Amino acid sequence: MSQLAAELLEPITPPSGQVVASEAIQGRGPWQLAWARLRRDKVAIGSSLVIAVIALAAIFAPLIARLIGHGPDTQFQSTGLSPQGIPVGPSTSFFFGTDDLGRDVFIRVIYGARISLLVGVIASGMAIIVGVVVGLAAGYLGRAADTVLSRLMDVILSLPFLVFAIALVSVVGPSLTITVAVIAFFSWASVGRIVRGQVLSIKEKEFVEAARSLGAGDLRIMFVEILPNVLAPTIVYATLLIPLAIVFEATLSFLGIGVIPPTPTWGNMLSEAMPFYRVAWWFVAFPGLALVVTTVAFNLLGDSIRDAFDPRGSRSS
Amino acid sequence: MTAELRDPSPRTDEDVLLRLEEVVKYFPVTSAKVFRGKRDHVHAVDGVSLDVARGKTIALVGETGCGKSTLARCITRLYDLTSGKVVFDGEDISNHSRRRLRPYRRKMQMIFQDPYGSLNPRRRVGSIIADAFTIHGVAEGEERKAKVQELMELVGLNPEHFNRFPAEFSGGQRQRIGIARALALHPQLVVCDEPVSALDVSIQAQVINLLADLQDELGLTYVFIAHDLSVVRHVSDRIAVMYLGRIVEIADTDDLYARPRHPYTNALLSAVPVPDPDVASRRERVLLVGDVPSPIHPPTGCRFHPRCPRAQEVCAVEDPVLSLQQGDRTGHAVACHFPLTDGEAHA
Amino acid sequence: MLRFLARRITFGVIVMWIVATVVFVLYFLAPNDVARTLAGREASPSTVEAIRHNLGLNRPLLTQYGSFLWKALHGNLGYSYINSVSVVTLIAQRIWVTISLVAGGAAIWLVLGVGAGVVSAIRPRSFADRATTGLALFFYSMPTFLLGEAFLLLLFFELHLAGLNWFPGSGYVSLAQSVGGWARHLILPWLTIALVTAATYTRLTRTSMLEVMGEDYIRTARAKGLTERRVTLRHGLRAALTPVVTQFGIDVGTLLGGAIVTENVFGLPGLGQLIITSILDQDLPTIIGLVLLASAFVVVANIVVDFLYAVLDPRVRLT
Repeated sequence: MSQLAAELLEPITPPSGQVVASEAIQGRGPWQLAWARLRRDKVAIGSSLVIAVIALAAIFAPLIARLIGHGPDTQFQSTGLSPQGIPVGPSTSFFFGTDDLGRDVFIRVIYGARISLLVGVIASGMAIIVGVVVGLAAGYLGRAADTVLSRLMDVILSLPFLVFAIALVSVVGPSLTITVAVIAFFSWASVGRIVRGQVLSIKEKEFVEAARSLGAGDLRIMFVEILPNVLAPTIVYATLLIPLAIVFEATLSFLGIGVIPPTPTWGNMLSEAMPFYRVAWWFVAFPGLALVVTTVAFNLLGDSIRDAFDPRGSRSS
Repeated sequence: MTAELRDPSPRTDEDVLLRLEEVVKYFPVTSAKVFRGKRDHVHAVDGVSLDVARGKTIALVGETGCGKSTLARCITRLYDLTSGKVVFDGEDISNHSRRRLRPYRRKMQMIFQDPYGSLNPRRRVGSIIADAFTIHGVAEGEERKAKVQELMELVGLNPEHFNRFPAEFSGGQRQRIGIARALALHPQLVVCDEPVSALDVSIQAQVINLLADLQDELGLTYVFIAHDLSVVRHVSDRIAVMYLGRIVEIADTDDLYARPRHPYTNALLSAVPVPDPDVASRRERVLLVGDVPSPIHPPTGCRFHPRCPRAQEVCAVEDPVLSLQQGDRTGHAVACHFPLTDGEAHA
Repeated sequence: MLRFLARRITFGVIVMWIVATVVFVLYFLAPNDVARTLAGREASPSTVEAIRHNLGLNRPLLTQYGSFLWKALHGNLGYSYINSVSVVTLIAQRIWVTISLVAGGAAIWLVLGVGAGVVSAIRPRSFADRATTGLALFFYSMPTFLLGEAFLLLLFFELHLAGLNWFPGSGYVSLAQSVGGWARHLILPWLTIALVTAATYTRLTRTSMLEVMGEDYIRTARAKGLTERRVTLRHGLRAALTPVVTQFGIDVGTLLGGAIVTENVFGLPGLGQLIITSILDQDLPTIIGLVLLASAFVVVANIVVDFLYAVLDPRVRLT
């Protein structure tokens, strides 16, 4: 069969003979290229490392707590508080000092990281999944589906986020689940809008027609043909959504309507710490630092990922 | 509507694989003034009838915007028809639902114009070509991979490159990928929508030759779309010239080149480059004046009359019917009140 | 243009109706019994029943819903459960605080944000650019309450201890009482809200200006001999105008409904503080009124933004 086109072959033709199935010739696709750029980006590496350290601390918090021997809620009345009842500062036994109840701030900060990352990842994960599915459906199906879904997104986007969330929490009562649900509910619409816009332009491409002419169904076209093409902006957005969710959780907890004490979160630790800042700066500084470092790291990483996917983008232009 | 109901040159001795009957496709125009009672439409294809013989190639030629690509998508039923019939292998598929169309997707394939837009940039070439197998549940695993590599070899690609992404191939190679994808399920009919117009001239010949060889080897029937007459001469058996959604002339290839009847065909032919400079310099170039009129409000009468050098009063009033020339036996039909005679053609 | 406006306003009304319904359902189907809460722990069942009757809570749900919508439509948001003042009065007492806070903050963040964006876009990759971009990212990542507390602790408390009473830590002095006092009480809240918000504007301005400065028409403008300042401001900055206006409208609209965090940190008696206290008090009519008002601000801001967008960018078709 290969003789057939031999005369007009471009020089890439293999030497005739057995077709060798080789995995060695791996294409460098858009993902690999972005990955390669990311690996050369010092900011990306730095922020990933920071996130990794925080994530590890969060995951192994119980282990670390056991190693040190300080539980997150254990009150060290004798060692953790001075005779006057004042928190003690950072030392070899309490790395970040203690709080007003004589609890270990270091242990509470890493336990707080669990909540922050959990809320950040789960809430933005849910928002991304719902947003992508709705955006795909609205953009691809068009017509009535688009009208209904777009209007729905418009409505959600035109609600005052914080006021509504607070009002909602006040009815149902504060809890971790509600916090995650509220953040996800108010975030998916912006993902959906971005995805929809992308889909509108991608669905006009000839490869979508090609798939249809092969007999591909709507679901296959949406998820096999179009989805991979909207994934890059979605991933960027997801990375930027995580710090937003973390800040939001911290804000709700700070206002006393997020995660309720004694469960340590950075937000409610800060709210407890404020009155003591002059006698125990560490009580304010460490949760605050943890919060800012985490959000900055995620935002830096998000920017780097965006640049990696689109090298013409902001930082390198 | 006065266009003929049938291809005026039905040749019963031939095996007709595809028959178009008075195919019409209008697109509604989205305009800001929605509440104007009547909505405007683009008359993209406006009554085209055509027979395509099995194993042969018919070329559809016309300027950008004449409706040839829309017609291609009506044939492959990527679009729903406004009216008319598409009859494939004896069965009217013009109103088939997507589900009922599925078996026909295997028999009827399309090669697209844009080698960049027609391949999903985020997917590996092997999986793009394997799409047909995946969708129709043909072959699995190693067998599927072997079939993909066989196809790649058939179209002149290195089978080991199945793991690469489209961006790593040249335009010509990408078009070969598109061809491999179209051929995966051994279709009977392949609609080629300007398959070479986006390629370098040096590559065009290679791809056209490949298509011709594949036709011989696999007994394919082609509907070949092109925007000028230079490309199609060597690949087509028959040529239909389209203007503003209508066929204005249809004839066997040699006949059309030798004796164009429609002034528009004549103009297109005069634009075909000829290799002999002496002939080229002697030749008179028929220049068309003006732009292609809006397909939203096509001209009255003969649609070509505002640009036609031979137009007379009747042309603005009466729509000429696509009909056989007197005494014709080769099936050469033209829609013109004042067709050219043998001596009047361009060269 | 008129039809466009009409459509946007209709949509806004629908959003408001949805908000009102959601709020109604949320609160009137909520499991907690308002009358019992209000009556206190020792109240007899008959007292509870009387309160329920007074508040109209024993009427059929649909009647309550209807009268709620009807009253809200006429600007009657009911009376606070706590101190029997009408919600409208409560809002009127406090709205000027929020407006003062948002107006001043907005002026600062607009100047600061857009200015920094321009500086950073004029010389991309320069030290100035990197510094601004870095600062913008820092403040963008900064939770409002944290920045507010930091200001409070460092600029109020520490200075106060050092005997410098430059910035009051809380409270509000109305503009009518004393202009200086007004500004002095608001300066820290202004800075807080402005720094956190300005970062977005810096990023927006920088991105859209950089995009435009590479275009051919900018080169043409330079070739014509226009000064660099003129090129940057007239052509470059104009490109940033549309996204900035959009963002600005939405930010102002959202914050007017209550700059919740800032007001609470600095003890400003505005709408944001009102909503937190009313939530802690379970004061339903006030909560509902505030949610409706906040939504109305956002809805109106959206309409204004869309309208401005169409005026600024002639390519936008008004459909």
